Amino acid sequence: MARAANFKNKALLFIGVSVLLVLAAQVLSTYWLSILTLVLIFGILAMSLDILMGYTGLPSFGHSAFFGVAAYTVAILSTRYGVGFWGCVGGAFLLSTAVAAIFGLLVAHTKGVYFLMITLALSMVVWGLAFRWVGMTSGDNGISGIPRPDLGEAVSMGDDVNFYYFVLAVYIAVFLLIYLFLRSPFGQSLKGIRESESRMKNLGYNTWLHKYLSYVVAGMFSGISGILWAYYNGFVSPSDVEITASFEAFLMVILGGPGTLVGPALGAGIIIFLQNFLSAFTERWLIVIGTIYILTILYLPHGIMALNIRGLKFNKTKTLSNDQTSGGTS
Amino acid sequence: MKKRLSYLFAALLVAMGFTVASGATSAQAAEPIKIGFFAPLTGFAAQTGKDMLAGLEFYLKQQGGKVAGRDIVLISEDTEAKPAVALTKVRKLVEKDGVHILIGGLMASTGYALQPYVDGKKIPTLYPVMAPDDITQRKRAKWIVRTGWSSSQPSHPFGEYAYKTLGLRKIVTLGFDYAFGWEVVGGFQKTFEEAGGKIVQKIWVPVGNRDYAPFLPQISKDADGVFALLFGAGALQFVKQFKEFGLKDRYTLLGGGTTTDEHVLPSMGDEALGIYTSLHYSAAIDTAVNKKFTVPYREFAGKSASYYSEALYTGGRWAIEAMTAIGGKVEDRDGFLKALQQQTLTDVPRGPLKISSYGNPIQNVYIRKVERVNGELQNTVVKTYPNVSQFWKYDPKEFLKQPVYARDYPPMMK
Repeated sequence: MARAANFKNKALLFIGVSVLLVLAAQVLSTYWLSILTLVLIFGILAMSLDILMGYTGLPSFGHSAFFGVAAYTVAILSTRYGVGFWGCVGGAFLLSTAVAAIFGLLVAHTKGVYFLMITLALSMVVWGLAFRWVGMTSGDNGISGIPRPDLGEAVSMGDDVNFYYFVLAVYIAVFLLIYLFLRSPFGQSLKGIRESESRMKNLGYNTWLHKYLSYVVAGMFSGISGILWAYYNGFVSPSDVEITASFEAFLMVILGGPGTLVGPALGAGIIIFLQNFLSAFTERWLIVIGTIYILTILYLPHGIMALNIRGLKFNKTKTLSNDQTSGGTS
Repeated sequence: MKKRLSYLFAALLVAMGFTVASGATSAQAAEPIKIGFFAPLTGFAAQTGKDMLAGLEFYLKQQGGKVAGRDIVLISEDTEAKPAVALTKVRKLVEKDGVHILIGGLMASTGYALQPYVDGKKIPTLYPVMAPDDITQRKRAKWIVRTGWSSSQPSHPFGEYAYKTLGLRKIVTLGFDYAFGWEVVGGFQKTFEEAGGKIVQKIWVPVGNRDYAPFLPQISKDADGVFALLFGAGALQFVKQFKEFGLKDRYTLLGGGTTTDEHVLPSMGDEALGIYTSLHYSAAIDTAVNKKFTVPYREFAGKSASYYSEALYTGGRWAIEAMTAIGGKVEDRDGFLKALQQQTLTDVPRGPLKISSYGNPIQNVYIRKVERVNGELQNTVVKTYPNVSQFWKYDPKEFLKQPVYARDYPPMMK
């Protein structure tokens, strides 16, 4: 009974927040709307990373690689070859997923620190390509002038409000997809691997394959956020695929709470808001963000979502991840 | 019941957040003229960004903070030296703060990133520092006026000078591996080789690199000069290690202007003596106008003026004088842009300054040599090339037919 009620609560909250996000477009000025768009885009990135970090127990330092591959594909196809919207989206989606599928072969057998290091190294390869393959990527100059998508006469994405709705629609779809993915038997098996891979193996699961698919799916969703990013900013450069970009996504997940889908989305919102809001008041905004990280890690090691907001139990996995830290996955 | 209440509470909170957020933006119909400044104020390039901000603040303070009866408000934003962040911050300056003019930027990539946005929003924009060649060459932007320089502009005369006056014949170049580095080195290579010299080797190091021990032994024994394009801590370290490796006595050391710019020069020692560089400014230019800037600036900022601070001092003045010329009517953007483009100033610290029809300054280029005067290192001007355009002696149309200077353009001579 309690579970059913909790599910109902969650569903209500999800619908409520979605409605608020739709209404936001009518209330907010274009600047705040563009920040909110940014929050949604990075929310997708953070949620996709959470599939790996929070649910499969594989902390990745190279998640922006797929984000970057997708963004660069959109940029190159649209500015150099004049490919239309669907062509760009399809190409970027396929290519980023393909890169994830290839990288996955190299990383899926590792875990813990080794996983961290290999994903880091692979993302540096992507960065190196972005920086050095000047003929294709324009190197450090980046590629500018990516046109906003145009879906026929009626819906011009050049308009910030329309583009926001577009991103919001993608966001809601991605949220639901990831939610369903994680609730599926397959998603449950990922949690099993996080808790004890050897036990899962004994139960007859091919854990390598499950980890591999988890990596590819996470990369695929990361690619989707990369596509949106390229259209949002109209510009891509190697700094989009730097270590710091991966690290930022990592921190969004940690801040919000790994192993909760809402947490990373919230973490993305908080970090982007602070970056854009605080920096107007002080040059020392990095200190504020740093302090928040430290406080979070000291007092809320499972992220903001571990705060038990009255009546809302998002943190069902809290006890599980507690076991995880004490059980030792290394 | 409790649960219901908590929903209500949460919804209220969110709603409040939105109203606060939108309330803060609605008060835009204010009187003052707003200047939006953006530069790296944190991260590896923070020092140069702070020099820039200080230069602009210094000018506005001197000038009294008013133009044509309207107050001036300066809003500054930190770009972290990342183009994507710069774009977000510039959006904020334009869409939330409603600035009338944008001034700033450091990295070449930022310069390219902002161009479509600025042109789309039709915001008059000054680039006092960002120097990527193509902004005023092959990818000209309508709404951007450059009061700084294009990367290869000071290199063109310098290549000739190195061959004819310094008598160098074979040179090794070493530079930061990105657009700015390629363009400074490329311009030098073009004129040096056309004069009869030869670039025998090009070494590229990662941007911000601080240890040159792996690169110094690679330098060809065959050469008689080394041309280094660096800035910040990398420049400091390079000059030091160049001496320690015993190379200083073997080669003549040349460089792009930033290598010995005053943002790092005070931290260097005798190892920097005798380095030749070229730039459109030196804090040691011996004119009354320049001294009127450098002496009080040192009091204001607590350190010596650098090219970065001069760039924003002059850039700020460029903007304010254009505002005066149109009677403070900055809302007329076309008129404002025109005033920014057509202005000529003959008495800025660096020398006379006007903007070509391509949107790039025509200004003096100085060949400088590091010397110690009154106990302090300075970039003594040894030769002045007056009124140099970004195209040097070439015909603009012919010049633009060649590709922009890049990692492997001009190619190495066989």
